[in-house]
Amino acid sequence: MQKKYSWYSLLKAGFSDQDWDQAIPLVEPKSKYDVIIIGGGGHGLATAYYLAKECGITNVAVVEKGYIGGGNTGRNTTIIRSNYLRDEASSLYEHSMKLWEGLSEDLNFNVMFSQRGVYNLGHTLQDMRDIERRVNANVLNGVDAVVVDAKEIKEQIPIINTSKNVRYPIMGSSFQARGGVARHDGVAWGFARAASILGVDIIQNCEVIDIEVEEGRVKGVKTTKGDIIADRVGCVSAGHSSVIAKMAGLKVPVESHPLQAFVSEAMKPILHTVVMSNAVHGYVSQSDKGDLVIGAGIDGYNSYAQRGSAKIVEHCAAAILELFPIFSRVRMNRQWGGIVDVCPDACPIISPTKVEGLYFNCGWGTGGFKATPGSGNVFAHTIAQDKQHELAEPFHIDRFTSGALIDEHGAAGVAH
Amino acid sequence: MFLIDCPYCKESRDQNEFSPAGEAFIARPQNPEDLSDAEWADYVFYRSNHKGDQWEQWVHTNGCRKYFLVKRSTISHEIIKVAAFGEVTSDSEL
Repeated sequence: MQKKYSWYSLLKAGFSDQDWDQAIPLVEPKSKYDVIIIGGGGHGLATAYYLAKECGITNVAVVEKGYIGGGNTGRNTTIIRSNYLRDEASSLYEHSMKLWEGLSEDLNFNVMFSQRGVYNLGHTLQDMRDIERRVNANVLNGVDAVVVDAKEIKEQIPIINTSKNVRYPIMGSSFQARGGVARHDGVAWGFARAASILGVDIIQNCEVIDIEVEEGRVKGVKTTKGDIIADRVGCVSAGHSSVIAKMAGLKVPVESHPLQAFVSEAMKPILHTVVMSNAVHGYVSQSDKGDLVIGAGIDGYNSYAQRGSAKIVEHCAAAILELFPIFSRVRMNRQWGGIVDVCPDACPIISPTKVEGLYFNCGWGTGGFKATPGSGNVFAHTIAQDKQHELAEPFHIDRFTSGALIDEHGAAGVAH
Repeated sequence: MFLIDCPYCKESRDQNEFSPAGEAFIARPQNPEDLSDAEWADYVFYRSNHKGDQWEQWVHTNGCRKYFLVKRSTISHEIIKVAAFGEVTSDSEL
């Protein structure tokens, strides 16, 4: 496998009949590893990468039941921002934002991170008060944020409807200039490639069917490709966290819901930034390919089915059309759902468990993509040192027992 | 998307008329002052989030506005049974 992509390697392959090396080696599991990561999504792969790069643990396996980039990593709407209200959340997401800013160079893989800015619209006086409060909190926490009024939004995004004669007129918005989007499955490929170069085994099409626990200590996992021994196991399985937890006799306080998104046919550039609205509940950006990427909300019922209700799609499309009437005749190309694990306080769990050597990173709910590098980074340190990373401390699973919840759900950007 | 038979309206109606209201058979503790923090957490925050058939509460929001019980698959969304409160209990059906 070629170690490094460069200007020279591009030229060489270009002249040699497109003779590209395989980007990620296909490997079978060994019988023993120092650390096993269950789940080869962005967060799991990032965990493995930072374990190898920053913690010196390279004897690591990432066990994925499907293929890399085939789960929620390839199903989200790729929005990245760090303008959260609470100190705990904004520190974690800002940590992630800083890693995004150097990620393509760090991974030697273009993740197409594009800081095109994110608008979070307000439609009522209360929305605007909340936005001002959140922007002030962001500024105090060193996160870039400004409040913009409807006139300025219209100047920046001429196609947006700022008419007062609509049900929910746009009154203003917050704006984070460093926010943006990235190529979502490229992020998974980049982390997978960089981790495997450092010695991590990425095992695809290998489902974990049980977790071995003896006397309160994790011993390894049973998979469809045989048993694997390890002293430490990190679970990063998003929508299936409850299923994995049950294998170890544990419970996690998450519920799995379908979250839907859809994309249009490709068009000429028309929307240069990301627009989100909590009040009417829709968010939209235009990918580099040209399609509009539109995200909806979750269905209220539990599901593992990777599909949701038409009602949610209709509600979201109505919201987007009120914001952008010009999109009314855009044809939609694809629509899909992913299963998200939602915590009662809409904040993640990055935590050790009652089983020694077993760690959980879950509960990211509807907004995990933006946290991919930061989540993997703090989780890797948590596993390596058997002690929570400083930024992960508030996200201990015990907060549901102690009552020290991080009230991001009612406070800020619920739409992700 | 699916149809739900409302046990009160006696009609099969579109899911859009209904709202989910969480896992069924979660009884409020009888002895709240004796509960430990962990037991409270279990009651307030921890749900089984079962992959497979589970009993749920639904309400016919745009119909009779009554709550009832639905046994539904969280894998296929298939509805296995519908019941009024009291017709089934956690002991008889889980």
